[in-house]
Amino acid sequence: MTTDTLSDNRLSLSDATAGESLGRDAWRRLKQNRAAMVSLVLLVVIAVTCLIGPYLLPWGLADVDWNAFSAAPSLESGHFLGTDANGRDLLTRTLYGGRVSLSVALVATFVSLVIGVLYGAISGYVGGRLDSLMMRFVDIMYSLPFMFLVILLMVVFGRNIFLIYAAIGAVEWLDMARIVRGQTLALKQREFIEAAHALGVRDRKIVTRHLIPNAIGPVIIYVTLTVPKVILLESFLSFLGLGVQEPLTSWGVLISEGTDMMQSAPWLLLVPSLFLAVTLFCLNFLGDGLRDALDPKTR
Amino acid sequence: MLSYTLKRLLTAVPTLLIVITISFFLMRVAPGGPFDGERQLPPEIEANLKAAYHLDEPLPQQYLRYMGNLLQGDFGPSFKYKDFSVTELIAQGFPVSLEIGGLAILVALLLGLPLGIIAALRRNTMIDYTVMGTALAGIAVPNFVIAPILALVFGVLLAWLPAGGWNGGALPNLVLPVIALSIQQIAYIARMMRASMIEVLGSHYIRTARAKGLSERQVIWRHAIRPALLPVTSYLGPAIAGIITGSVVIEQIFGIPGIGRYFVQAALNRDYTLVMGTVVFYGALIVLMNLLVDLLYSALDPQIRYDD
Amino acid sequence: MADNLLEIDNLSVDFQLPNGTVSAVKEVSFSIQPGETLALVGESGSGKSVSSTAAMRLLPELAQTSGAIRFKGEDLLSVTPKRMRRIRGNAISMIFQEPMTSLNPLQRIGAQIAEVLEKHLGLNRRQARPKVIELLEQVGIPEPSRRIDSYPYELSGGQRQRVMIAMALACEPELLIADEPTTALDVTVQAQILALLKDLQSRYGMAILFITHDLGIVRHFADRVCVMRHGELVESGTTGEVFGNPQHDYTRMLIDANPRGRKAPIDTTMPMLLEAEDVRVRFALKKRLFRASEYFEAVRGIDLSIRRGQTVGIVGESGSGKSTLGRALLRLLKSRGEIRFDGHDIATLDTGSMRPLRSRMQVVFQDPFGSLSPRMTVGEVISEGLRVHHPELNRRQREAQVIEALEEVALDPAMRNRYPHEFSGGQRQRIAIARALVLKPEFLLLDEPTSALDRSVQVTVIDLLRDLQQKHDLTYLFISHDLAVVRALADTVLVMKEGEVVEQGNTEEIFANPRERYTQELMRAAFVDAAA
Repeated sequence: MTTDTLSDNRLSLSDATAGESLGRDAWRRLKQNRAAMVSLVLLVVIAVTCLIGPYLLPWGLADVDWNAFSAAPSLESGHFLGTDANGRDLLTRTLYGGRVSLSVALVATFVSLVIGVLYGAISGYVGGRLDSLMMRFVDIMYSLPFMFLVILLMVVFGRNIFLIYAAIGAVEWLDMARIVRGQTLALKQREFIEAAHALGVRDRKIVTRHLIPNAIGPVIIYVTLTVPKVILLESFLSFLGLGVQEPLTSWGVLISEGTDMMQSAPWLLLVPSLFLAVTLFCLNFLGDGLRDALDPKTR
Repeated sequence: MLSYTLKRLLTAVPTLLIVITISFFLMRVAPGGPFDGERQLPPEIEANLKAAYHLDEPLPQQYLRYMGNLLQGDFGPSFKYKDFSVTELIAQGFPVSLEIGGLAILVALLLGLPLGIIAALRRNTMIDYTVMGTALAGIAVPNFVIAPILALVFGVLLAWLPAGGWNGGALPNLVLPVIALSIQQIAYIARMMRASMIEVLGSHYIRTARAKGLSERQVIWRHAIRPALLPVTSYLGPAIAGIITGSVVIEQIFGIPGIGRYFVQAALNRDYTLVMGTVVFYGALIVLMNLLVDLLYSALDPQIRYDD
Repeated sequence: MADNLLEIDNLSVDFQLPNGTVSAVKEVSFSIQPGETLALVGESGSGKSVSSTAAMRLLPELAQTSGAIRFKGEDLLSVTPKRMRRIRGNAISMIFQEPMTSLNPLQRIGAQIAEVLEKHLGLNRRQARPKVIELLEQVGIPEPSRRIDSYPYELSGGQRQRVMIAMALACEPELLIADEPTTALDVTVQAQILALLKDLQSRYGMAILFITHDLGIVRHFADRVCVMRHGELVESGTTGEVFGNPQHDYTRMLIDANPRGRKAPIDTTMPMLLEAEDVRVRFALKKRLFRASEYFEAVRGIDLSIRRGQTVGIVGESGSGKSTLGRALLRLLKSRGEIRFDGHDIATLDTGSMRPLRSRMQVVFQDPFGSLSPRMTVGEVISEGLRVHHPELNRRQREAQVIEALEEVALDPAMRNRYPHEFSGGQRQRIAIARALVLKPEFLLLDEPTSALDRSVQVTVIDLLRDLQQKHDLTYLFISHDLAVVRALADTVLVMKEGEVVEQGNTEEIFANPRERYTQELMRAAFVDAAA
């Protein structure tokens, strides 16, 4: 009762800020979260730098500077973050690697989103025997040692960037499917969906006007948490030597190369690690912030 | 309970069957074979080798033969490590992997749980922010970054601990790999424990416990911790899988003779039997661990009766 | 007075929230004598629970308390936490509104009760056990020596509340604070729990501070009454004084807020609008992939007929199948049996052929928070049905009808661009009514439309429904567990229990002279509630 009273009072306070959709309300709360906003800005900066940075630097991805092998970072030589054992500019390579890592993140997350949302929504909305069957399948998939199968897949079909997209997307959709199914099942019981049925609203419209807009909050939260997972997975594969192929590179590849050289040229390990860690850190912070903003109960 | 356990073990059979089948055929459709070494073998020798390992038979027949051997507990000989059977390799490597992985889970629980509880009890204080900020960093920095940095700092620069090697499992050799393997799990467990503790502390039965006149310490120990452990318990399955996967890199970085290290090498070498053996073994291990976690969960929560 | 057991003196409670300070209790004073029952009455947000929780010092940390709470002369707000813990559960104990969640789900109930005895009386577990069994017996738990080892999930809501009471009484407190202890329970269970509390009070001689929104209970249960509103104490006195001669307007309004009046009888020559025969609904309990599923039959062969302009009330406790029946009649659930609406056999229609009829039969649900999509504006919510049934309308015409519907339910049409979360419970229920009305239906299913609302708001919604029925010649099927509301609105009543009709007939006759035992029991329990 105490908490009821509290929330009642809170309700009357928020009446002052009327005419606000839940989305805008969430954005306002997110803006108040300084850590999340700093993360968002940093992420945009990293993404933009990776995108346009390589055009502004004098070095190409595979350009070799014959005067600088494993050179330390220096302003004079123009290799601001040093060079690798083959005389290639580390900053340039890190930015190119960022493009790969971020594109894998986006594409693979999108793949997992599409599979997961479709699978979960169908399973939850149709329900009954199909639902049991589809969920039993997900359970089986969960208990597979997936990482090993992905590794096998990469070994078998060679190191192809599209395969990475597909393989990682195919691994990461399980959680999304479960979340969307849970949402759909919960929403199906809600009275506003019943009211829409009573109004004679068509199934397709119920899905687009009622189910999806109301399930989108948890999906957004989950997407922001999937992106760092995907980046991690990609760099993990790259680290094992199963990622993208030369001359392309990614943060995982660079970290792996840096590990071999860390005693003589530690910057080769530290620079890509820093980029990766900052990106993952920001994504996690942003995900936490979004969760708090979309679901104020968690605070 | 017993019948549930048996049923779960039975459902593990199709799961393992899927794993074995997928990996078997994936491996075989891959270009290349186990005898593509640096030097070209004379064709007749290669043919002899293939015949000796039954690689000249049609695939379905090989598959059936493999399954038949598997049923008798025979993983077959390794192609690469010529004098060893896969069973021997796993039997050698597994105790090492188990030691590292088991210690990592133990460390993760022993550090993660108390940190999460403390953060929840000191919610929105500096302690909470520090613990949760560090945990987020722990999640953000992958183990294959932490491992070389740890090796560099403590192994090379400070030279307090060996930067790699096994040395028969001597304690100094264990420290760095276990830390590298457990950091991420410490962070996850601390975050989960904090969240579930906060939820439990806001529940009605905690209010009841306070209304009884219990001290805050009694409220927490008798009524809050066990319910808060439930979500963390169900996370243990994925945590164990994460540690097993992580061991593939960690064992490589620190040069530890476990089975994780074999796996990638074997796959690249097309050492069919060793790859299959590793996958099957790990698959069975993960299924078994998930079952144990479910049983543990039911021991904590009386309402879970596995009746269907 | 020197012999006060508890004296609340100028108590104020403020909550520090991120967007400002909220005063939940403002300078409230009252007192309780040993052995008496004081009722603290008010609607949601009145501060009644906050003030009683303050007496136990169980408020969250963001609450700032001032004034004094004296228990036998000792100011509880200034004693040490250690001293406070000696009092809690010992001299003062408390039971709560939420019986389902107030017990630790992972511990046996015996251990949870014994804990109080161990804490305050220093007993060990073995010594406590016979005492716990005795307590369970006193609160009416059957087979106490076996039940002592049950887990909470094995007990019903009523039984859990009995366990809470046993726990509260373990140390024979001088004061029991009961915070809406029966609100979450069915009426017959509510009556049992109230009788139990009365009985235990006479046995132990404790005082009870009873917090409730339900004036019916107060009248039958309390010696004295304090009425609270918006954190202030507006009136107090003996129960007889307050009910017989209320001084404050608000008190008068609360007392009058019992639904009054009766439905004007209808013309019995009117044609039947909805007829149902042998309606059955079953749910799969366990869905099995390869074996036959287990079913539970929620509605077991019900016949029903409603004339144009008539209101049929369906009464029953939770689990009686009344809501399931309503949904089946609107074809929102699969059912067996015949259903005819205005001559159409709708039980056999497919979704497409059913659609045109849907604008003629509409529904209003119970939960004002769950029945409106949180992502749509009020205007979008109300106009959705128009898009389906009148696609020929343009945007402006739709808007005009939305405005008309909002005016009809007495809401400001300017609010149509706002979102549901900005409205109170009563306002949302009006929006839900407007959503149904905009289609100009003939038949309205009202599924507990007032149950989640405060009494004073309830009355206004009931008046609105009554006016609308007259104005538009509507036919209602009114589902409720609240007998007073049904009595005020319905021509005929069906009493349901476990999926079957126990008794049915003319409203006045059934209320005046219930034949079946279950109906009688229900009436007796509810008349605490509906003395009107």
